[in-house]
Amino acid sequence: MKRFGAFTAVAGIDVEVAPGEAFGFLGPNGAGKTSAMRMIGATSPISEGYLRVLGLDPEADGVELRARLGVVPQEDTLDQDLTVAENLYVFGRYFDLPRPVLRSRIDELLDFVQLSDRRNDKVDPLSGGMKRRLVIARSLINDPELVLLDEPTTGLDPQARHALWERLYQLKRRGVTLLLTTHYMDEAEQLCDRLVVMDQGHIVAQGSPRELIDRHVSREVLELRFIDGQQAPAIERLEQLDDDRRIDRLESLPDRLLVYTPDGDAAIDAVNELALDPLTLLTRRASLEDVFLRLTGRQLID
Amino acid sequence: MATPIALRVLEGHARTYRHTWRGTTVGALVRPALFLTAIGVGLGTLVDDGPATADALAAPTYLAWFAPGLLAASLMQAGSADGMFPVMAGMRWVGTYRSTINSPVRPRDLFLGNLLWSVIRIAVIGLAFVTIAAAFGAIPFGRGLLAVLPAAFNGVVTTAAMSAFVVTRDSPQVLAGMNRFLILPMFLFSGTFFPVEQLPDAIQPVVYVIPLWHGVELTRALALGGDPTLPWAWHLGVIAAVGVVGVVVGTRLFARMLRR
Repeated sequence: MKRFGAFTAVAGIDVEVAPGEAFGFLGPNGAGKTSAMRMIGATSPISEGYLRVLGLDPEADGVELRARLGVVPQEDTLDQDLTVAENLYVFGRYFDLPRPVLRSRIDELLDFVQLSDRRNDKVDPLSGGMKRRLVIARSLINDPELVLLDEPTTGLDPQARHALWERLYQLKRRGVTLLLTTHYMDEAEQLCDRLVVMDQGHIVAQGSPRELIDRHVSREVLELRFIDGQQAPAIERLEQLDDDRRIDRLESLPDRLLVYTPDGDAAIDAVNELALDPLTLLTRRASLEDVFLRLTGRQLID
Repeated sequence: MATPIALRVLEGHARTYRHTWRGTTVGALVRPALFLTAIGVGLGTLVDDGPATADALAAPTYLAWFAPGLLAASLMQAGSADGMFPVMAGMRWVGTYRSTINSPVRPRDLFLGNLLWSVIRIAVIGLAFVTIAAAFGAIPFGRGLLAVLPAAFNGVVTTAAMSAFVVTRDSPQVLAGMNRFLILPMFLFSGTFFPVEQLPDAIQPVVYVIPLWHGVELTRALALGGDPTLPWAWHLGVIAAVGVVGVVVGTRLFARMLRR
């Protein structure tokens, strides 16, 4: 539980994360993800409740706990006066790592995040994706057991995002526990073994990405777009097919109509039978985006 | 044995200094040279040629009187600068403080590490000043080394108080305001350029609560070899009191601002 004055940012979340797991907090901006991460990272006191991280109490054992954590904050917060390698060096010294250990670890990490050739450059000229990779290297300087990532790929171009996901996947394979927040569904699907969907400080669902989709939405989605004014009559006519097994549920968005269905082709047949004549028509697999829409009635990114 | 955490923060500053020392050092040498030339020597010639007072023979030259005041005031300004932009950058503009506290470093370690760094930086600037002032014949080098102590102490106290204040602010305009309406008037009116007895009677009591005036008194007494206006312990006590408040409040405010 986390309160800021009268505002309750995290109202009550109850989760357990196993070692080696990649666990996600998924939710729109303001859902309480960052507050939750900062409490877990022992940089923000909990207002109420029980929290143990790696068996330690973040309140009482903050120094000891943070020595075993890696944190990738939302903002890069790299030191502009220092070079790429020095950013890692100074941060490593905060952990009191012996200098020889630190030197060899910096070499390894720069290699891992593919920044070895930029090691003596200042950080400012680096691209957004490179800065992000450097922040990930910085979070790994103390060889952490648990890495907290707050929106690791927000603001990056698709190529940089995929490069970062690949690195995070490598980390996961090494047995590092990952805890990440995101408002990107594809990111959660790519990286998380298990996740919770948060909204306004509460958990509204939890499970593996596949489980959440199976439990809350049908297998496929048919997206229909209509010319202005045609969507409402189309919904009316589709709703008249209410005992039709081809259509589970309809979701009307401002710019399109989503038809949840166990079988996309069968749903297309239904649309054709009704002669709805949509402008465009697209079948896709249901995603976590649909789960979120179903659970909260809102889209994740506005 | 584990390195005390504040010392790890200090080491970070030292590492950064490798990239920024040129600007700081040049400033630390050029500034006193310019001031001592323009005010101490230039203006001082007029002052020394002015109407003689009763104890004219015993009085120091204006240059010798002014130089310790300038030393104390310069180190106060250096301390104030250490508490301003670096804190604003760490807290807001760049946000390095927010990532630093993800390591074992606690907000209070940050505050204390910054303060330790300020001690070193101010000591270096003070020594540079004394060297230059000795070259000008303004302060004997040996006495100058002694006189740096209270001046540097007051400078570090200023860092503590200023960083305690700045960590709570979010607008850089506050810094410009502080420089204009607090630091500059202190610099000019704390007995640096002329004795505070020259100020209107109504204003003089205000000067007595300004730590810099006490710093100037102590620095000047040590540089000229005499006694300050008030007993030594009183002057020292005022500066120390401001320092204690600065450190206590500063460590708490750093924690409050960073551990939300």
